[in-house]
Amino acid sequence: MSEIVRVEHLKKYFPVQKSVLEQLFTRKKKSVRAVDDVTFSIKKGEIFTLAGESGCGKTTTGKLIVRLLKPTSGRIYFKGEDITQLKREELRLLRRKMQIIFQDPYASLNPRMTIGKAIGHPLEIHGLARGEEKKGKVLEVLQKVGLTPPQQFMNLFPHQLSGGQRQRVALGRSIILEPEFMVADEPVSMIDVSLRTTIIDLMLGFRKELGLTYLFVTHDLAVAKYISDRIAIMYLGRIIEIGSKESLFKNPLHPYTKALLSAIPVPEPKKKREVIELKGEVPSAINIPPGCRFSSRCPFKKDECTKTEPELVEAEKDHSVACYLS
Amino acid sequence: MNCSTPSFRGEIAKLPLLEIDSLAVDYRTSRGTVHAVNDVSFFLEKGETLGLAGESGSGKSTLGLSIIRLVPYPGVIGGGQIKIDGRDIVALPEHEMQTFRGTKVAYVFQDPMISLNPVKKIGAHFVELIRTHEPNVSKKEAFERAKTVLKNLGIQPERINDYPHQFSGGMRQRIMIGLAIALNPDLVIADEPTTALDVIVQAKILDLLESLRKAYQMALILISHDLSIILERCDKIIVMYAGHMVEYADGTELHGRPAHPYTQKLLQSIPNIELSDQKLTAIPGSPPDMLNPPNGCRFWPRCSCTMEICRVKEPLLISIGRNHLVKCFLYGEKGVQSE
Repeated sequence: MSEIVRVEHLKKYFPVQKSVLEQLFTRKKKSVRAVDDVTFSIKKGEIFTLAGESGCGKTTTGKLIVRLLKPTSGRIYFKGEDITQLKREELRLLRRKMQIIFQDPYASLNPRMTIGKAIGHPLEIHGLARGEEKKGKVLEVLQKVGLTPPQQFMNLFPHQLSGGQRQRVALGRSIILEPEFMVADEPVSMIDVSLRTTIIDLMLGFRKELGLTYLFVTHDLAVAKYISDRIAIMYLGRIIEIGSKESLFKNPLHPYTKALLSAIPVPEPKKKREVIELKGEVPSAINIPPGCRFSSRCPFKKDECTKTEPELVEAEKDHSVACYLS
Repeated sequence: MNCSTPSFRGEIAKLPLLEIDSLAVDYRTSRGTVHAVNDVSFFLEKGETLGLAGESGSGKSTLGLSIIRLVPYPGVIGGGQIKIDGRDIVALPEHEMQTFRGTKVAYVFQDPMISLNPVKKIGAHFVELIRTHEPNVSKKEAFERAKTVLKNLGIQPERINDYPHQFSGGMRQRIMIGLAIALNPDLVIADEPTTALDVIVQAKILDLLESLRKAYQMALILISHDLSIILERCDKIIVMYAGHMVEYADGTELHGRPAHPYTQKLLQSIPNIELSDQKLTAIPGSPPDMLNPPNGCRFWPRCSCTMEICRVKEPLLISIGRNHLVKCFLYGEKGVQSE
C-alpha cells in the first residue's frame, strides 16, 4: 500500500496572553504546546486513529493535516506533495481531495440552508455541477447516506432532523466531491448508541466503495478498536505509542496506554477489572514536565525519565513506543 | 408469567426505601403534551444499586428528577406514586419536600462545570447546605465537617478555600458527589455523573461513588446512556425507551438473557474492548418524536419482530422470570385480555 499522508515533526503552539506583571517582568513567551513534534504516515485505504484524552492534541493534529490551522513548524505531505505552505487558492483545490467531518452535527450545518443546498454546496464552490446535474448528484448522495426518500429530505432544514440524520448529512456533504482522504473528528461521540453503528457502517462502506482513507480522531478506544487498522495514542501533544490494532490492544507497552485500556468499561455485568492507578491529573500543556511528559504520573518512573524525552522506538513489527521501560 | 402486576411485590415483607408505582410524568408544551415517563413501577431497597439506561429522550433523567420533585417546567407528575420510606412525596408541599432533598435523597448532576456557584468558595457550598438543613450547627462546625468530607473524596482539606474554577472537571465532580453525601442521605441519584469526563477520571469517580456508597450504606441510582458502565456497576437495571420501561432485570440476567428486542439490539451495538472481530449491529430508524409517538409499542417501527398487535396495542410489563420484567408481546399477550 502506498502512503497518502505523511506528517513530519509537526508542531502547533498557541500563544497565551500574559498577565500585565508577566509582560513587564518576563521576556519568556508562554504558549500552549497543543501538538509537540508528531511524526506518522497514513497508508492508502487504511483507517488510522488518533486516540487520547481531551487536550492531548488529537483534534488539532487532524485540523493541521487538512490545513484548517497553520502549523508552527514541521511538514505535511499529501500524496508526496508538501502542502505545509500552500496558499488559499491552492488549498481550495486541495480540499476536493481531502475533507473533514466534525463532532457536533448541530453546529456544523448552516441552520438556514436546506439539506439539499448544504450537500450540493461543495459542487458549487468547486464549479463542478449546477442545475439539474447538481440536483441529480445530491439525490444520489442522499440515497447513499440512507436519507430516504431523498426528494423529501432535500427540502428539509437541519432543525427538522435528528442528530444521527444530521451527521449523515455532514457525511454526504463531504463525500459528494469524492475525496481520497477524510478526517473524521469524533463523528459518533454525540450520537446515540443505537445510531452509532449505522454511521460507522456508512464510513466503512465508503472506504470500500470510494477507496477512502480515514484519519479517525476519537477518545473512545472501544470504537477505535472496532473501526481502525492502526492506532496512535497521544498524550500531551505527542504520540507515545503507535501500532497496528492487533498488537497495540494485545500487548500495550506504554504505562499510559495500559492505564487507559484498563479504565475502559466493559459491557459485562459486575466485571471486576484491575484498573491501573495513575497519580494526579494531566499537567497543563503550557508547563509540560521535563523529560518524558508522562513521568509526573508514571508509576514506573526511573531517573532517566525526567532528563531526556524518549523517542518512538520500534518494539515489535509495526508497533512503536516512546518509553525507556520497554 | 400470567400476572399483569409485577410478581416481585410479594417477595419482600419490609418496606422498601423507594417505591415507584405507575408513575407518569408529562411535559405540557404549547405544541402538545409529551408523555416523557409512562407507567413506570419499581422499588429499591437500602444499599442497592439500580441502573437506568436509555438513549437521549428516553425519559431516564426525567424519571430521576421526579424522585426529588425537580422536574423542570412545563413538566408535571401526571399520575402514580413515589414513596420514600413509605411516604408518598408526589403531593407533598414544597417546604416539606425541601427537608427530603439532601437528607433522604440527593442528586448528582451531569455537568460539574455549571452545577457549582462560580463566585462561592467550595467551603461556602458545604456550609450553606449543612446549615440549611441543620440550623443549630455553627459555621465552624459545618466547616470542619466539610473538611472531613473533602478528605474522604481524596481532595486536600486545605483546598476548601478555593473557588470552583481552580479545580479540574474530575475534582469538581468529586465535590458535587461530596455535596450530595454530606448529609448522609439514604439514596443518591447520579445522573450521567461521568459523561463529561475522560475514561481514566471516569473510572476513578465511579470507584469513589462505589466506595462511598458502601461506607455510608446508601442506595444508588445510576443514570447513563452508557450500558457498559451500568452493567459494570449496578445490581438491577431498567432499560428505558421513549418514556417506557421496556425491561427490568438483574445485571447478569439482562446481559445473559436480554428479552426485549431493543435491549438485545442495544447490547449488540456496544463495542467491547475485550473482544476482537466483534460485529456490531445497527438498530434501524431513529427514536420517535415524543410529541407524536407511534401507537401501540413505541419500539415497533424499529423492531425486527413486529407483529400486528404491536402496532395497535401497548404491551404491559409482564414477568418472565424471577425479577425479570419485559414490556413486549413476544412473551404473550397476557394483561391486555381484560380490555
